[in-house]
Amino acid sequence: MEEVPHDCPGADSAQAGRGASCQGCPNQRLCASGAGATPDTEEIKEKMKTVKHKILVLSGKGGVGKSTFSAHLAHGLAEDENTQIALLDIDICGPSIPKIMGLEGEQVHQSGSGWSPVYVEDNLGVMSVGFLLSSPDDAVIWRGPKKNGMIKQFLRDVDWGEVDYLIVDTPPGTSDEHLSVVRYLATAHIDGAVIITTPQEVSLQDVRKEINFCRKVKLPIIGVVENMSGFICPKCKKESQIFPPTTGGAELMCQDLEVPLLGRVPLDPLIGKNCDKGQSFFIDAPDSPATLAYRSIIQRIQEFCNLHQSKEENLISS
Amino acid sequence: MEEVPHAIEEIKEKMKTVKHKILVLSGKGGVGKSTFSAHLAHGLAEDENTQIALLDIDICGPSIPKIMGLEGEQVHQSGSGWSPVYVEDNLGVMSVGFLLSSPDDAVIWRGPKKNGMIKQFLRDVDWGEVDYLIVDTPPGTSDEHLSVVRYLATAHIDGAVIITTPQEVSLQDVRKEINFCRKVKLPIIGVVENMSGFICPKCKKESQIFPPTTGGAELMCQDLEVPLLGRVPLDPLIGKNCDKGQSFFIDAPDSPATLAYRSIIQRIQEFCNLHQSKEENLISS
Repeated sequence: MEEVPHDCPGADSAQAGRGASCQGCPNQRLCASGAGATPDTEEIKEKMKTVKHKILVLSGKGGVGKSTFSAHLAHGLAEDENTQIALLDIDICGPSIPKIMGLEGEQVHQSGSGWSPVYVEDNLGVMSVGFLLSSPDDAVIWRGPKKNGMIKQFLRDVDWGEVDYLIVDTPPGTSDEHLSVVRYLATAHIDGAVIITTPQEVSLQDVRKEINFCRKVKLPIIGVVENMSGFICPKCKKESQIFPPTTGGAELMCQDLEVPLLGRVPLDPLIGKNCDKGQSFFIDAPDSPATLAYRSIIQRIQEFCNLHQSKEENLISS
Repeated sequence: MEEVPHAIEEIKEKMKTVKHKILVLSGKGGVGKSTFSAHLAHGLAEDENTQIALLDIDICGPSIPKIMGLEGEQVHQSGSGWSPVYVEDNLGVMSVGFLLSSPDDAVIWRGPKKNGMIKQFLRDVDWGEVDYLIVDTPPGTSDEHLSVVRYLATAHIDGAVIITTPQEVSLQDVRKEINFCRKVKLPIIGVVENMSGFICPKCKKESQIFPPTTGGAELMCQDLEVPLLGRVPLDPLIGKNCDKGQSFFIDAPDSPATLAYRSIIQRIQEFCNLHQSKEENLISS
């Protein structure tokens, strides 16, 4: 599906193959028959049966700390050796997860049962397009349909095995990748989305759009995390609001939109330093206010997922 | 596919009244592209004799209307096309943000539809005579970037300014962006390193909040042989003014960040003028 008309409605939209712009497209018959979409969704649903909880990490805005958060959510959950964690990076253009997890240069292996994730720990496996590039500087310059194909493969062909939590790290925006992952996982049920922001209005503006997106596609919202929430000078301890919450920050936005505020994480230079080194920030700075904030947020996410699981079990047994 | 080459011709015609075209790029999100684009526009527009156009092609997260203080503005159509929204007489702006009924509307479009919008922006906006067209882009190297380069290919882009922050996680994406520019033969004016340190207002201690663990933009630029245009430190007044839709230069004229910006803007002007002189020499020789 390399070349598509400029007004392509999308291979998996209701108009696929039927729109006016579909006339003459080489993929028209495939789209109209729905064959490009349905069997994969079923396969993915099958694959996802061994995955207990699925969490998407989203933000309308770039650079707010989605990948940092996804990685540390994974680290935090994986501290319980009996919990199996999977981290999937669907940011095709800017895959940060391999670096943040200290897995640069790793390769993906194929077996009879599919692609093997790359393991950081026995109970923490990772998959990213970053592992498929010959060099980390290779620009992945793909248009939407090709990115969607990759995401589908990640969900269908990776042999995750039995997993307690699948965390999906997404790129900024509300476009192909987001629509695709929601669509492909729709029948497999996503527990919910964690939405990351920073305190200033320019970020919140994009995050409100993201919350709207979640509501449109009926994706439950676990809650919002406000990153870069203040900086404490290591010398004099003065707190500076580097990204000032001129319109009330995430707290007010969450009140207005009736979504939970999971927590606020302050800036800490050790976070960036550890991400660059591919290490867990929790190990380097176990008593940092940022670490404490993270742990509290992770706990709330677990509580949400367990509550959802109990409700499902009650429904089934009633 | 017939309409595509036709659109490129129409855009080339339209762009004849635009002297210089600058793309503001980054592989990484949240490094300050829109902040930079807006302030590049403000800086250049301080010369009342210079006509500036600012085009925001971030369809999913259009920040430019807010940063330029133009939220709620509408686009008007006339016989000669869409009218940009004017901040000043000599500074016009266009963004998908002006086309949304509400700023909270999620624009959930796939690639082809985004490309269509970009084509319209380039073909149908009546910019008039313009000295500098600044194009603010979303993060990544995807549809929007391929489209704008493709549509402007025959109209000639002066070059790209690439924004980064000091840490390796950003530089990694920025190296990809530099590769993208080389692949599509887009000249690189240079790199700007944003969020380059923070000075505590109380005790003046400098903290590297996003530590340059691998040498920052400086080393990357040496390695890849691209100019480092400058480094801009963190300043809470930047974020505050962006939220208010005002020029940070007016609120903090003596801030180290303002001085850094001014120096960078000057270097960009020098690059564009040098290129223009070369072209004129070629034509007259």
